[in-house]
Amino acid sequence: MSFPILSLTIWLPILAGFLIIAVGDRPARKLAGIASILTFLVSLPLYFGFDSSTATMQFQESLAWLPSFGINYALGVDGIAMPLIVLTTIINVIVVISAWEVIKDRPSIYLGAFSIMTGLMVGVFSAMDAILFYIFFEATLIPMFLIIGIWGGPRRVYATVKFFLYTFLGSVFMLIALIYMYNQGGSFAIADLHELALSKDQQFWIFLAFLAAFAVKIPMWPVHTWLPDAHVEAPTAGSAVLAAIMLKMGGYGFLRFSLPVTPDASAQMDTFMIAISLVAVVYIGFVALAQRDMKKLIAYSSISHMGFVTLGIFIAFRLIAKGDASGVALGIEGAIMQMVSHGFISAAMFLCVGVMYDRIHSREIADYGGVINTMPIFAAFMVFFAMANAGLPGTSGFVGEFMVILASFKTNFWIAFLAALTLILGAAYTLWMVKRVIMGPIGNDKVAALTDINSREFWMLAILAIFVLLIGVWPNLIGGVMHASVENLVNQISTSKY
Amino acid sequence: MDNLQIATPEIFLLAATCAVLVVGLFTQAKSNTVYWLSQLSLLITLIMSLTQLGDEAVTGLSGAYTLDSLSASLKSWVLLLAIGIFLYSRDYVGNRKIARSEYFVLGLFAVAGMMIMVSATHMLTVYLGLELLALSQYAMVALHRDNGRAAEAAMKYFVLGALASGMLLYGMSMVYGATGSLNLKVIADILAGNSEVLSAERTIGARFGLTFLIVGIAFKLGAVPFHMWVPDVYEGAPTSVTIFISTAPKIAAFAMLVRLLVEGLETLNADWQQMLAIMSALSMVVGNLIAIAQTNIKRMLAYSTISHVGFLLMGIVGATDAGYSASMFYAITYAFTTLAAFGVLLAVSREGFEVEQLTDLAGLGKRNALLATVMLLAMFSLAGVPPAVGFYAKLTVLESAVSAGFTWLAILGVIMSVIGAFYYLRIIKIMFFDDPVDELEVSPAGDVTAALAVNGLAVLALGLAPGLIMSACIAAFS
Repeated sequence: MSFPILSLTIWLPILAGFLIIAVGDRPARKLAGIASILTFLVSLPLYFGFDSSTATMQFQESLAWLPSFGINYALGVDGIAMPLIVLTTIINVIVVISAWEVIKDRPSIYLGAFSIMTGLMVGVFSAMDAILFYIFFEATLIPMFLIIGIWGGPRRVYATVKFFLYTFLGSVFMLIALIYMYNQGGSFAIADLHELALSKDQQFWIFLAFLAAFAVKIPMWPVHTWLPDAHVEAPTAGSAVLAAIMLKMGGYGFLRFSLPVTPDASAQMDTFMIAISLVAVVYIGFVALAQRDMKKLIAYSSISHMGFVTLGIFIAFRLIAKGDASGVALGIEGAIMQMVSHGFISAAMFLCVGVMYDRIHSREIADYGGVINTMPIFAAFMVFFAMANAGLPGTSGFVGEFMVILASFKTNFWIAFLAALTLILGAAYTLWMVKRVIMGPIGNDKVAALTDINSREFWMLAILAIFVLLIGVWPNLIGGVMHASVENLVNQISTSKY
Repeated sequence: MDNLQIATPEIFLLAATCAVLVVGLFTQAKSNTVYWLSQLSLLITLIMSLTQLGDEAVTGLSGAYTLDSLSASLKSWVLLLAIGIFLYSRDYVGNRKIARSEYFVLGLFAVAGMMIMVSATHMLTVYLGLELLALSQYAMVALHRDNGRAAEAAMKYFVLGALASGMLLYGMSMVYGATGSLNLKVIADILAGNSEVLSAERTIGARFGLTFLIVGIAFKLGAVPFHMWVPDVYEGAPTSVTIFISTAPKIAAFAMLVRLLVEGLETLNADWQQMLAIMSALSMVVGNLIAIAQTNIKRMLAYSTISHVGFLLMGIVGATDAGYSASMFYAITYAFTTLAAFGVLLAVSREGFEVEQLTDLAGLGKRNALLATVMLLAMFSLAGVPPAVGFYAKLTVLESAVSAGFTWLAILGVIMSVIGAFYYLRIIKIMFFDDPVDELEVSPAGDVTAALAVNGLAVLALGLAPGLIMSACIAAFS
């Protein structure tokens, strides 16, 4: 076995997290900074050492863990998981920067919890055993529950309990489905679940169980209501991690479980899935338009963008029916692209709001106005990220949306038309917010007293801006690594299981 | 092996208990002698029991007593739990007007009773062990004799417990009438049709008896609808007694259930599977739903216990070896997770201040982060959130239920565990998100703190390496 890079990427931040909590508040920041950069560096070989010509799992590790139940500690990544892992480790660095001097109350526990969560999230994306996946998937709830509950806003208790119970309820059904399949096939290995023959009825129920878990997580309309609460009440970094990575666990789950394990049921349910994805894109877009709270607006915009992800995933079955294999890959790759890009953009948007919140302690759009006059550098960043959020060509936000819309056009004009509405709606709600907050004359005395971002905040936003631009102008950076894996997935879902 | 040799740990413990009883008469109320002697006897018994772990299964004393891997490992767990219970309770008992040497002596008798229950393969031995445990517990609940609620709880416990014992005895007599034996092995042979042809009426007699046996067992476990005593006793008893009742006896009751139903009456499984399935479902529903409404933490944990009994029964329902070992795993992990939870309550209580209401834990995260973290781990474990060990307990019983075709029960179970998560989260919320109501420092003794830390760590570490206990549980049923 070669050097266990994946294990290191999982356990380094987890152990560092406990160490950060143990050493206390004074050295916590530096330790967290070192740990996060080290984790990022450790994860880099995953990208640069990745063989993008094959769909087989790479960097594999396997240990018997609970042999009596056939549960293995099995890790590995393909082109779908790898970009998400690197995204996770990058966001972890940003989180530490964002918390550096902002968090005054028990910073060691705060940073430790984020560090532990990073390891767990990497575990979610690299698990090759279904129970291992479930364990990481659920374990991420614990640090997030504490982060929102301890450092959150005024309604934090309501928000965090709702967040926990909602996602817990969704995922226990997945657990039953996994146990059921273990009884059918005698294995928890995800690869074996992909091969497992299932009848139409079995697939239908298993699909619903997975849907309960992943639709809540990503989240899809109408089970999205935990997200605005959790996002609004969470501290800045908490919102950023929620939006940037935790939502992706839902999208990743669809690609890793729902599609390959229950391809026939997915095909059978595709109209329904496309319909609720479009509801998310259009209806939630309008809801975002009506928000007065900046964080809430970004939260709804996240739901709307995640609608694109599910649309791109489930449009695939329409295209398979038409026999258009390249279109299928286009939709799914668009969905993955959208996930990664949204990871950077939504994190950046939440951090921008956080920068203003740290100064004025308000998230209300009405409390701002003319921020550009006092914070010109910050305003430039905010406008840039807002443009990216609206899907401006040249930014990463454009790539995924465009690919999904293109794939939609190949199936049905009206689906594409509704999906394309997001270009208008997204621009409307994001830019209107920017207009009210950033542009215009100085709104009030508090805005007049604002000071521009310091170098810490500058670099925090600059790193994200670089990635948003880089992916925007060179999408192949991510697209290149996932072609083979997506092709393999398309093969899997085009063959019936019975 | 000589007949008596299989019972050496029990014999030693009983002798030591009698000695402690006498020593207790001559020691000062404030002295810790009795405590240390009790711990020493438990420790020696534990070592004796551990040495028996790998032994071949032996049945002796005219078939009344068995030493097998099930009894050896469950006994060790019971003893380990008792050591923890005594340690956590020491200062609590010492600070209150509770007759302390009696507490430890009664506790030791109860432990001896549990050890007998675990090894009993004859209905009379089962009953003997059970009554030794029960009578000690009645007295322990009443130890705080000036407290009205404790007296009420003891009375309720005694009356209902006596009724349940009566039911159990009645069931045993019916089974005896049908089969002509009280030896569980012989009963199993007869029911399987190996010894003589059993007429239809006589099987009906055994089934009739089975119903009463299940009533008795369900009462001891606290399964719905025989759970009425649980909340009142948990709430009324001194916390040092509640921790005792809620942990080790559950393991003994599990052993009794296995001995009677699985080793004795397994051929009637079609009958008891249905009854247990219904009780399991009811326990999970009633326990979890009513726990939400509780404001008293001991009462809440009582209802939580009822719901966990439902999960424990879910493993038995399938009537498979894998299911029994899943239930055993569940009983063990439940017991030491609950031990940690009540241990924290005991540590936070001090003279003149009892942790009764949920709000009494407010801000514990700021007052004593270590205790709060132990409680947090215990709560997540009870809620079944990975990576705490409680998740694997749930996973294994769910797996056994699904493989036995009780998928509906498993689905009900997971829905109920989500509802259950709500009140466990509420405790975490109160500890970490609320501000403390009183600023007094919480500083338990050093050894208690260390033990709690180990206990909490075990909840997490066994979650990372559940195979450690799991393999022993599987070995016990193979």
